[in-house]
Amino acid sequence: MNPLDRYAPLVDDEAAFRAACERPLPSVVRVNTILGDADRVAAAFDAEGTGYERADWHDGVFRLSGGSPGTTWPYAHGWVHGQEEVSALPALALDPDPGERVLDACAAPGSKTTQLAALMDDRGTLVGNDTNLGRISALRHNAERLGVTDLVVDQQNARNYSLKHLGFDAFDRVLVDAPCSCEGTVRKNPDALETWTLDHVHEIAGVQKGLLRRAVQATRPGGTVVYSTCTFAPEENEAVLDHVLREEDCRVEPWDPPLDARPGVTGWDGETYDPDVERASRVYPHLNDTGGFFVAKLRVGGDAADGADAEVAA
Amino acid sequence: MSQRPGGSDDAPENDGGRFDRLPATAADRRVPGRATRAEVLDWWDERFGVPPETFDGHTFWEKGSGKLWAFADDVPSPIDVEGVGMTFLRTRQEHWKPTTTAVKRWGRLATRNVVTLSPGEASAFAAGHDQALPRWDGDWGYLVAAHELAGDPEPIGVGLYVHGELRSVVPKGYQEELPDLSAADAGAARSE
Ligand SMILES: C[S@@+](CC[C@H](N)C(=O)[O-])C[C@H]1O[C@@H](n2cnc3c(N)ncnc32)[C@H](O)[C@@H]1O
Repeated sequence: MNPLDRYAPLVDDEAAFRAACERPLPSVVRVNTILGDADRVAAAFDAEGTGYERADWHDGVFRLSGGSPGTTWPYAHGWVHGQEEVSALPALALDPDPGERVLDACAAPGSKTTQLAALMDDRGTLVGNDTNLGRISALRHNAERLGVTDLVVDQQNARNYSLKHLGFDAFDRVLVDAPCSCEGTVRKNPDALETWTLDHVHEIAGVQKGLLRRAVQATRPGGTVVYSTCTFAPEENEAVLDHVLREEDCRVEPWDPPLDARPGVTGWDGETYDPDVERASRVYPHLNDTGGFFVAKLRVGGDAADGADAEVAA
Repeated sequence: MSQRPGGSDDAPENDGGRFDRLPATAADRRVPGRATRAEVLDWWDERFGVPPETFDGHTFWEKGSGKLWAFADDVPSPIDVEGVGMTFLRTRQEHWKPTTTAVKRWGRLATRNVVTLSPGEASAFAAGHDQALPRWDGDWGYLVAAHELAGDPEPIGVGLYVHGELRSVVPKGYQEELPDLSAADAGAARSE
């Protein structure tokens, strides 16, 4: 069975959705503002003859006409990092400020971690956590290559992440870029569909619920949690939000992504979800010619910690 | 990886599995051979002219024997994690050696011991090749190797200058065959 068949009823243009899923993705780089600057990157690409097109929605996103960026000067200088366009969304949604305490709970290999570091102006404490040691070493390598100094790399199960060793007891913001069934990456990795099973979807949804619950618990009242996946499966997206909205003190915040997106779905497979899950964003490949993605922004503390004073009290 | 309850000040030796904050000065040093914050600041200043204030927001950490890390905030010491900031200096050897990433991050601030390479030399250096560099009449030892790119000088990595030769100590994982910019007609190669 082709799992994409399941999602046909969710998309507005099924033919365009299927066609986009079959096209390979362009090679895209994000400018690393810790070491580089978008206009200087453009000038250096011009000087060495690397072809590119700049994304209209983000100053620091370049689509390369050739293949991998590895043999360009901007890459050698750590000015750019290869990162799929749509995967820049979660860090933008989390929107961390310099000097904050931020956890990237499932961080490796660090595309979003290093983007968060740049958004923080490389100041504060950013914890990049993952369970997988091999992937952690890739995370460390990427962070070093990009000149990141505000990062603590940690290896814990994020379902019960402990902050004891850090000397503080809550984060301002947490990103959960969860392990998932990855159908959204089919354009990069067609095998994602081959190993797909519904059992796996249900199993991983259990992990995702645990990850998101712990993230909410580890965030201060009034703080922000972003949940993202690269799957279309509502079981791994809206159903996870619905569960956590019931179990923890938090709510979904409206967030307007800079790319074309569709709202979260409030029902699937006979189940209905909290209507607030509509505030989440679904990005389908045909909408912006990217990979597929799901992003939701949560505010911790629910209505009680709402209002401007919560911001100030921190 | 024993966590001593008393903290780093009671630790009589360097423990390779965890991170310890550097002592501020020699008077605070408990672990023999460990560099102090003051020595590290002096070193960057003396070797490269990088002003000590550059690191005002950073704490310095040692993990293993002599490998120092710079972190943009602070955490309790000692701490048992996989990384605290970025590796930036190799100590506990006669000549301290900056890391490639440190030179990329702070090398732009260097005013001494910076060698500016021609386009051809820059490509050879980035690919990991050693080359004769008789024109250099400065210090021997570790240098910042830089080139001109998009209108300004930019550090590429760490070079070791000895016996009239500039050795590229760019780590294998960072070595790359990059375009020779003397061939590029700057401005004419517009892509759009
Ligand atoms: C989608 S990937 C993260 C990609 C990464 N955020 C990036 O942008 O480069 C999910 C990651 O979660 C990690 N992971 C899986 N289960 C975990 C758990 N219980 N705790 C922490 N990390 C976990 C996996 O090892 C994997 O690296």
